[in-house]
Amino acid sequence: MMSFISYLVNGISLGSIYALIALGYTMVYGIAKMLNFAHGDIIMVGGFTIFTAMSTAWCPVWLSVLIGIAVCTVLGVVVEKVAYKPLRTAPPLAVLITAIGVSYLLQNVALLIFGSASQSFTSIVKNIAPVTLGGVTISMETIISIVISLIIMVCLTIFINKTKAGKAMLAVSEDKGAAQLMGINVNATISLTFAIGSALAGVASALLCSSYPQISPYTGSMPGIKAFVAAVFGGIGSIPGAMIGGILLGVIENLSKAYISSQLSDAIVFLVLIVVLIVKPTGIMGKKINEKV
Amino acid sequence: MKFSKKVLAFSLAACMTVPFLAGCSSKDTETTTNSEGGSADSSSTIVIGGIGPVTGGAAVYGNAVKNGIQLAIDEINAAGGVNGIKLELNFQDDEHNEEKAVNAYNTLKDKDMKLLIGTVTSNPCIAVAAESAKDNMFQLTPSGSAVDCVANDNAFRICFNDPNQGVASAQYIAQNNVASKVAVIYDSSDVYSTGIYEKFTSEAAAQNLEVVAAEAFTSDSKTDFSVQIQKVQESGAELLFLPIYYQEAALILQQASKAGLSVKYFGCDGLDGLIDQLGEDVALAEGVMLLTPFAADAKDDKTVAFTTAYKAAYNNEVPIQFAADGYDAVYAVKAAMEKAGITDASISASDLCDALKVAMTEITVEGVTGNITWTADGEPTKDPKAMEIVITENEDGTKTGSYAAL
Repeated sequence: MMSFISYLVNGISLGSIYALIALGYTMVYGIAKMLNFAHGDIIMVGGFTIFTAMSTAWCPVWLSVLIGIAVCTVLGVVVEKVAYKPLRTAPPLAVLITAIGVSYLLQNVALLIFGSASQSFTSIVKNIAPVTLGGVTISMETIISIVISLIIMVCLTIFINKTKAGKAMLAVSEDKGAAQLMGINVNATISLTFAIGSALAGVASALLCSSYPQISPYTGSMPGIKAFVAAVFGGIGSIPGAMIGGILLGVIENLSKAYISSQLSDAIVFLVLIVVLIVKPTGIMGKKINEKV
Repeated sequence: MKFSKKVLAFSLAACMTVPFLAGCSSKDTETTTNSEGGSADSSSTIVIGGIGPVTGGAAVYGNAVKNGIQLAIDEINAAGGVNGIKLELNFQDDEHNEEKAVNAYNTLKDKDMKLLIGTVTSNPCIAVAAESAKDNMFQLTPSGSAVDCVANDNAFRICFNDPNQGVASAQYIAQNNVASKVAVIYDSSDVYSTGIYEKFTSEAAAQNLEVVAAEAFTSDSKTDFSVQIQKVQESGAELLFLPIYYQEAALILQQASKAGLSVKYFGCDGLDGLIDQLGEDVALAEGVMLLTPFAADAKDDKTVAFTTAYKAAYNNEVPIQFAADGYDAVYAVKAAMEKAGITDASISASDLCDALKVAMTEITVEGVTGNITWTADGEPTKDPKAMEIVITENEDGTKTGSYAAL
């Protein structure tokens, strides 16, 4: 039982990082109807920014993390303005290919600057000892990942449902044209979405690199893909869906590693995804969309 | 609006150009160092091709091998070459990637390579071995330890093969009573790791070692080890055997310390590099044992001479086993060329290969990784040594790791 709780807690921790990343995918998809495959690499850029800031002696940890989040936010908005905005009316496939291109661009620039060897990252909560609760040892990184993700998810839900800007985002995601007619600045709303999604990626990078303290130009790619799966799993476009999808994915991954096979865990995760999509093609929380004739 | 767009486009373009320029300039310096090494008259020079990861996750190995080879070549050339023939190294990067390794091999053939010392890591080595067998190109891998690296009769190796490392590890643990209950975490997507793991478990049974947990991971999920570590913890193992590379081993050590796991650690040559990877957490590596044929701080004359020369040549860097493998590979080539009586540098690669593969089985190389002889199937015979990582505290409170022979 103790071990089950421990697997579960670690799974939720991993899952909450996936959820943070999945939020970025799902928000952008909801508003701009595009898959931003560069999202994983924005995490990597955030990780390297924090890494570089922390290795300069004068920069305290909290400031490094803030700088990381700021750089991610700016980068997300810049990428949207430069690469995606000119393609707003282009076919979806062109935008998708552009996103993959941006992903490779970021990866290769990081390769040129930092080299491809993985470097050791200093955890942002390095000096805090793990907590033991009734025989289960939980590391500070695990606790902080879960707590921060929960706080962010609550804040985001309040922001979307209670504020003007949040409601504008909902409106744009439902019908861009109608939203514009109602006086909503669609371009600003899309930029805001990219900014929030990328800021979440910045937070995720701090948590990810602290939990698994290494950083390389490929750091973001696998979590990026897993988070994309989580977003689809939960219903792409749905914000609570991304949260639930991410956490479920982490838990399924850890429990299948623990009780079925450590080799097959990824296969099992994707099998679950296929089954969910067969039973409910829009994902767990996805709404059924009626094609307009 | 127009203006800001232009500024953005310009700054993005600038961002893109700067790293490219940086990339160009670093390449330029690389070529100059290469051409310096080849300043000898081309008519009496043999080009030795080298392939290995100089960048990327396994870069520690590639750079070490490259440095080891270059050191040996410089020594041999300074002493007049091999039968009057000067050696020249052309080392290409493969980033521990099969396709890039084969591309590098083809590049080297165009650059008039006569024999190949490489590749450094197992998977690329197997890919290149298929090509070199087709061309009848003599191939000596310093550190490609998978069985298939030397499956063809033109290929030999300096290091132990994977089964050999697995068997020797199990024997060492059992015979020295290091532990009786052993757990293993291995990479099921890597031929090096699974090769050692399989032989280790079968030999462990023969040695009455109990393997209480065997957990795998794959290259797609190699950051989160919390489940594997917990399984090891529950199994009651006294020792965790890690037949894997140092990046994952570093993550395992870090996560195990957070999970409160206290076991002994034992690994093979892939753990070489662990000390640097751990960075500030180097203290976690204290007491990690590894089986490797070379330790920089061994006290025999050959090791002391090699370590001193290596440190002098490369910025006081302490050589790891891979550097020693690369160094020994060049001396093995030298011994084989002398045995075969090669005096003509214009010999074709295929003829050279035919001569060398016979000579290799007849020579004994007293190298820094031990006294090595070769069988016709390309395998070396030499004794493994066990090392332990010791941590010393510096005056300013930081910690340094080093290897000590057990």
